[in-house]
Amino acid sequence: MNPLIASSQRKSAAKNFALTAALLSLALAAGCHKKQTSPPLPAEAPPPAAAPTASLTADPTTIDLGQSVVLNWRTTNATTVTIDGIGQMVPNGTQTVAPSASTNFHLTAKGDGGTTEANVRVTVRVPEMPTVPAATTDNTDETIFKQNVQDVFFDYDSYSLSADAQASVVKAAAFLASHPAIKVVIGGYCDDRGSAEYNLALGENRANAAKSSLVSAGIAADRLRVISYGKEKQFCTEENESCWQQNRRAQFSIDR
Amino acid sequence: MVKMQRSSLRHTRLSAPSLALLALAFAAFFCALQAQAQDWVRTGTNLGADKIRIAVANFKPYGNDPQATQQIAGLKSTFDATLFADLNNAGIFDVVSKSLAPPLMPGSPSEMNVTQWSAAPASAAMVAFGSLTVVSGRVLVNGWLFDAKNTQSPQVLGKQYSEEASDENARLIAHRFADEIIFRLGGGLPGISESKIYYVAASGGNKEIWSMDYDGQNQHQITHLGTVTLSPRISPDNGRLAFASLGKDGWNIRIFSMLLNRMVSFPAFGGTNLSPAWSPDGNHLAFSSSRTGDPEIWVSDANGGALRRITSYRGPDVSPVWNPRTGSQIAWISGRTGLPQLYIMDADGSSVQRMTDGGYATSPSWSPNGQFLAFAWDRKYGPGAPGGQDIYVMEVATLRWIQLTHDAGRCDFPSWSPDGRHLVFESKTGSRTEIWSMLADGTQRHKLTNSGGSSMPNWSWK
Repeated sequence: MNPLIASSQRKSAAKNFALTAALLSLALAAGCHKKQTSPPLPAEAPPPAAAPTASLTADPTTIDLGQSVVLNWRTTNATTVTIDGIGQMVPNGTQTVAPSASTNFHLTAKGDGGTTEANVRVTVRVPEMPTVPAATTDNTDETIFKQNVQDVFFDYDSYSLSADAQASVVKAAAFLASHPAIKVVIGGYCDDRGSAEYNLALGENRANAAKSSLVSAGIAADRLRVISYGKEKQFCTEENESCWQQNRRAQFSIDR
Repeated sequence: MVKMQRSSLRHTRLSAPSLALLALAFAAFFCALQAQAQDWVRTGTNLGADKIRIAVANFKPYGNDPQATQQIAGLKSTFDATLFADLNNAGIFDVVSKSLAPPLMPGSPSEMNVTQWSAAPASAAMVAFGSLTVVSGRVLVNGWLFDAKNTQSPQVLGKQYSEEASDENARLIAHRFADEIIFRLGGGLPGISESKIYYVAASGGNKEIWSMDYDGQNQHQITHLGTVTLSPRISPDNGRLAFASLGKDGWNIRIFSMLLNRMVSFPAFGGTNLSPAWSPDGNHLAFSSSRTGDPEIWVSDANGGALRRITSYRGPDVSPVWNPRTGSQIAWISGRTGLPQLYIMDADGSSVQRMTDGGYATSPSWSPNGQFLAFAWDRKYGPGAPGGQDIYVMEVATLRWIQLTHDAGRCDFPSWSPDGRHLVFESKTGSRTEIWSMLADGTQRHKLTNSGGSSMPNWSWK
């Protein structure tokens, strides 16, 4: 099973790439990488090709299950930079990920001067769960569900569905109509500006807008449950517009 | 000079004559306030009564038992510091700094010579003094307040306190004596030294309700629900604590009994239920509920019965507060026209009036005298706008407002103290949110918490 169940992305450029990353479903070898946190000094290499340097950090390094973490890496003299389980990366960048289990993120920077690695461990606190044996069909459902029922995003301080969001809801409705056994929880989320109480009410309106739209498209209301999370459960924690946009959403999950 | 601005729902540019009119209006307003000796304006402006200059002598330790000497010294140091801080925080005193006070420790009226305290540099109008000792496990405090200008019969107050000897009780006695002095010299308004502040503290991914003394001492956890719990509101009799808590099925109003020290039952209404508020008689709760789809303001009785909806307008409606003086009006926040604005209405939902003219207004708190609304406001809210979110106070009758915080981080959730002279609020700087208190004119800010994740303070009613 893939420990990286969700990998969000910087909006524009990284979007295609992240989609690929999600589809790749690479498994990470957990906990068996050599710890090598600091970039090694360039060896007394022959002048032309300097050895690459690489650093990889995570903020925060410890999260609760469901929270996200921002990976931040810097490399020099590298031609190819990859992070296991995510894929090929730009030389310097950040990436928001939400690992479902504690993960060693392993970055490899290859250049003319050789190969350098950097690691960072993200610890995920998983609450004690009653062990329900997850049937394999559920996992399949989950994957297909995620592909067909996608989160809808909202304009700032708005709870009306954009044209994009409407299209996404139509697709979701078609999927739900053909899978009548699936019930859905719609979570309403807001960016972290503004006031906590007001954002919970706004998140409720967002999730409700998504619900009403599904109901209009013929999905029975009793299959849909709404919970507002306001700004209490942030998906992305940076203070910039692309991050705020990711947080202003109604998120669909299977109601078990 | 505190400048009040008028919130106008029409966007008008002020011409010179209207400015002059406005100036006249201000003058009239302040004269009226001066005539009524409003407490809030007294602390807020250079108008009205001067602050009373008061000296606080270190209390004299008594005790022959050498074993008790150390204990007495500890209790005395707590007592002296607390009494000084309480009077300093009260907002009605100019407290003589310890370095200007005479190096004397009069332990009884016979040892007090008021002329030593009324003379420069102390120049005190009033002086508080007394003694502290421990007798068979109990701390015994005698405290006096003398009028330093009255050599004939200077005594204003004489009080005796006895409690089991502990640091906490030394603080409690200092609070009680301070409140006596504040009550006597502050126009008959009870002091706030024994009031409590309830707030939200983050731990891991959860948020629980905590309580602390008004000065930030004695912080301790109240709830252990293991989830996200927000918006604590203490009942007027300090008996019950209402809040909103995230359960498996969403947000519900829940009640913790301060008397039984456990959760008590309250119905789950369905939908998202947020921001409970007690009516001043403690018999009703107003809150936001989306049980019928859209978040609206609802009112129930204190047990969750007799539920009725009092708003009906599409868009978020949240954060109700009652007029604590009359109980007949409710202020709340509504996003019915877009960005959230401050509104008031009668408690039955009629006579809706919008109070703010724009920006992003949230988190109202109604002053105990019913005259003012404190709230958080970002007047230049918008994508890329440089707006800061600050604490504002608006006079309900005139819609005139003043800004109390400036460049103090992103401020939110103001809550009035029982005496209406103070506000407590949260301020976020970087990723840290802390609770601060200040006088209701924005001065004397004190940080009360240091955890990095303390928010949504609610000051007790008494």
